[in-house]
Amino acid sequence: MAPKQSRNPELIRGVGKFSRSKMYHKRGLWAIKAKNGGVFPRHDPVAKPSPAAAKPSKFYPADDVKKPLLNKRNPRPTKLRASIAPGTVLIILAGRFKGKRVVFLKQLSSGLLLITGPFKVNGVPLRRVNQSYVIATSTKVDVSGVNFEKFDDKYFAKKVEKKKSKGEGEFFEAEKEEKNVLPQEKKDDQKSVDAALIKSIEAVPDLKTYLAARFSLKAGMKPHELVF
Amino acid sequence: MPFKRHVEIGRVALINYGKEYGRLVVIVDVVDQNRALVDAPDMVRMQMNFKRLSLTDIKIDIKRIPQKKTLVAAMQEADVQGKWDKSSWGRKLVVQKRRASLNDFDRFKLMLAKIKRSGLIRQELAKLKKESAS
Repeated sequence: MAPKQSRNPELIRGVGKFSRSKMYHKRGLWAIKAKNGGVFPRHDPVAKPSPAAAKPSKFYPADDVKKPLLNKRNPRPTKLRASIAPGTVLIILAGRFKGKRVVFLKQLSSGLLLITGPFKVNGVPLRRVNQSYVIATSTKVDVSGVNFEKFDDKYFAKKVEKKKSKGEGEFFEAEKEEKNVLPQEKKDDQKSVDAALIKSIEAVPDLKTYLAARFSLKAGMKPHELVF
Repeated sequence: MPFKRHVEIGRVALINYGKEYGRLVVIVDVVDQNRALVDAPDMVRMQMNFKRLSLTDIKIDIKRIPQKKTLVAAMQEADVQGKWDKSSWGRKLVVQKRRASLNDFDRFKLMLAKIKRSGLIRQELAKLKKESAS
């Protein structure tokens, strides 16, 4: 229901245009009274169901235990900067791929950004990156042909190894068995995402070499004056 | 050695500081040793310190504090905007603005173009050197 509009316009704060008697007439209180035989209708209070008699508690704690304060926090993913949209070229500022220009795909539920190099172009795989370590440029790549629905935070979770029972002798030898081999499934995912992307990248002249090159500050470049 | 651009009624100047930065105005009166009354077709007439003005070569023929429409007519007749756009100062400002608004991708393309151009120049130079040496 729309919020109730007052029939008494405000002249200034605290002062209405119409007097009490005028408002009485405007609201039609006389009509309500007339309908009810000269008296304002009143309803008897609804009988509240009396609460069932509470049994006296059998146990009272000796010390007063403080109740922790109420926490109504509603966690949600970090607010995405307005300059970042699917297909935007981002510059990564820290980590192994610092300076690399990558394509943004979507924001995951944890707040991290899903990006891809594409791998063939600059060696950056499907990866998560924090928004704070990224500069958004105004260059956009067409990502309409790419299906990245299935990627979420669980996809990137570390594999939990089953703990072996502590046998002293073979303990140190058996550990080095599985090194981090990337499962074929992930390689195929990378290929399928990049296939459509690379097509749309090659449609724009120089964009592929642009993504392959790293960003760096040169002499005379002032970051606060640069337009990205 | 002597000054060529004088503060006088009708001198066109460029505002180089403050809210109106980059605007072309005409000096219509001098208030005192430090301030002038300036006016332009699309702004309210205001006083300004000379330090905020950079004088240009352009001068128009007006009387002291003309009416707005007289000023506009005089500026049209002298073709102030046209002269400004043709002058090297005016053209430089356009280039500076364009360079400042370049995007990261634009700067990359510019770098590629510069490398290509200097490559071609070097080739020609090498050819000429070879010819003059032989």
